[in-house]
Amino acid sequence: MKLWEGLEQDFNYNAMISQRGIVNLFHSDGQRDEYARRGNGMRIHGVDAELLDRDEVRRMMPYLNFDHARFPILGGLYQKRAGTARHDAVAWGYARGADMRGVDLIQHCEVTGIRRENGVVTGVETTKGFIGCNKLALAAAGHTTTVGRMADLQLPIETHVLQAFVSEGLKPAIDHVITYGAGHFYISQSDKGGLVFGADIDYYSSYAQRGNLATVEHTIEEGVGLIPGLSRAKVLRAWGGVMDMSMDGSPIIDRTSIDNLYLNCGWCYGGFKATPASGFCFAHLIAKNESHHVSRFMRLDRFERGHMIDEGGKGPQPNLH
Amino acid sequence: MASLITCPHCGVRPKEEFSIRGAAGPVRPSPSARQEVWHAYAYVRDNPKGRYQEYWHHAGGCRRWLVVDRDNVTHAVFAVIDATEWHKTAGSRI
Repeated sequence: MKLWEGLEQDFNYNAMISQRGIVNLFHSDGQRDEYARRGNGMRIHGVDAELLDRDEVRRMMPYLNFDHARFPILGGLYQKRAGTARHDAVAWGYARGADMRGVDLIQHCEVTGIRRENGVVTGVETTKGFIGCNKLALAAAGHTTTVGRMADLQLPIETHVLQAFVSEGLKPAIDHVITYGAGHFYISQSDKGGLVFGADIDYYSSYAQRGNLATVEHTIEEGVGLIPGLSRAKVLRAWGGVMDMSMDGSPIIDRTSIDNLYLNCGWCYGGFKATPASGFCFAHLIAKNESHHVSRFMRLDRFERGHMIDEGGKGPQPNLH
Repeated sequence: MASLITCPHCGVRPKEEFSIRGAAGPVRPSPSARQEVWHAYAYVRDNPKGRYQEYWHHAGGCRRWLVVDRDNVTHAVFAVIDATEWHKTAGSRI
C-alpha cells in the first residue's frame, strides 16, 4: 500500500490513485469469524483493519440490500487506506518511469523464442531480431504458459477469461470499493462516474479475451442482489481478459530450473492491486538472486514439496480460486 | 461462444447447466506411481492455446461426466462425449 502511495511521484504520472477505502461484506456468522481473523492477521502485520457491524455498514452505504433473504449483510471488514487506481494509467506510468531510468521499451515486438546455450538463457528471438541478455524475467500474465514453453518450463497454470464492466456515467453514488461476500461481485465508481464492476471468471479454459453471456447475466444478478438500484444503470462497456490461474490461487515469484531465468506469474485475477509489491519483490529476486522475504513462500516448487499456500482451501482446481 | 453444449444423453443444452472441472488430458496414475508422476498429474498443466479437452459435469441434466472437446481461442465446440467413452480410448491418445 505504501508503494502505491509514492508511485505517482515516483514515475511522474497521474494514475488517479484514490484511497477511498474498501469494505468486504460478510453474510453469515462463519464468514464474520473468517473476516475477523483476516482483520486480526492484517493488524498483527501493522495494517489497519476495522470490523463493521450491520448498522455501521448501513450508515456508510444505505443503498445496499440489507434484507436479502438468502445472503443478508451482517457487516463488513473495512480497510480505509485501500482504494482504486486507473489501471491503464498505471501501465503508462510504469512505462514512463522505466523509460526515465534508461529502460528500453520495444512496442509491437513479439517474442518468438528463448535462446539457450549450455543450460542458460542467452537471449530472446523476436519479430525484430535477436536480443541478447544476461538474465531473463518472464512476467506475461495470461500467456505465461506460451512463453514458458519456449524454455520448456512445465507450469502449474491454466488460462481463464475474466470479464469486467463499466456502466454509463452517473452522479457520485458509491463512495468506496465494495466486495460482495456471497459471490465474487465487486464494485466501485470511477472519477468519470462510471460504475466499474465484475465477478467470476467464465470457468472454462480460454485464451479468447472475450467472455460468455451467461457470466454477464450472473454478474449483473449478483450486483442487483446487492444493490437493487443497479438495475436502473446501463452497461456501457465490457471486456474479457485472460488470467494465469495457478493451482493454489497464489502467485509465483521465483527462480526456475534454468539459472538465469526468473518467473513472475499465477496472479489469478488479483494481481493488479499487488503491482508495485510484485515488481519490488521480483526486482529484488533478479538483482540478488534470492527471494525477498515477503515473497519467499511464492515458490515454483511448492506444489512438488507439499507447501501449497491455498488460502481458499479449494485444492488444485484453478477455476475455483 | 460455447453457450450451447450438445450432451450425448440430453441433446442441446445451455452451458449454465454444466459445471466445469478442468483439463481432461492428465491421466490418473497408479497408486504406486512415483511422487513426480503424481505431482505432474495433480498440478502440471499443458494449458495449450487452441484445441482443448475439458471435463464438464452435466449437473443440471443427466449428471453424467462428459468430455468437451473445443477450441479455447474461438470457443468452437468439436465434440462432446461421455467420460466413460473418453477413458476407453485413453491409451490411444497422444
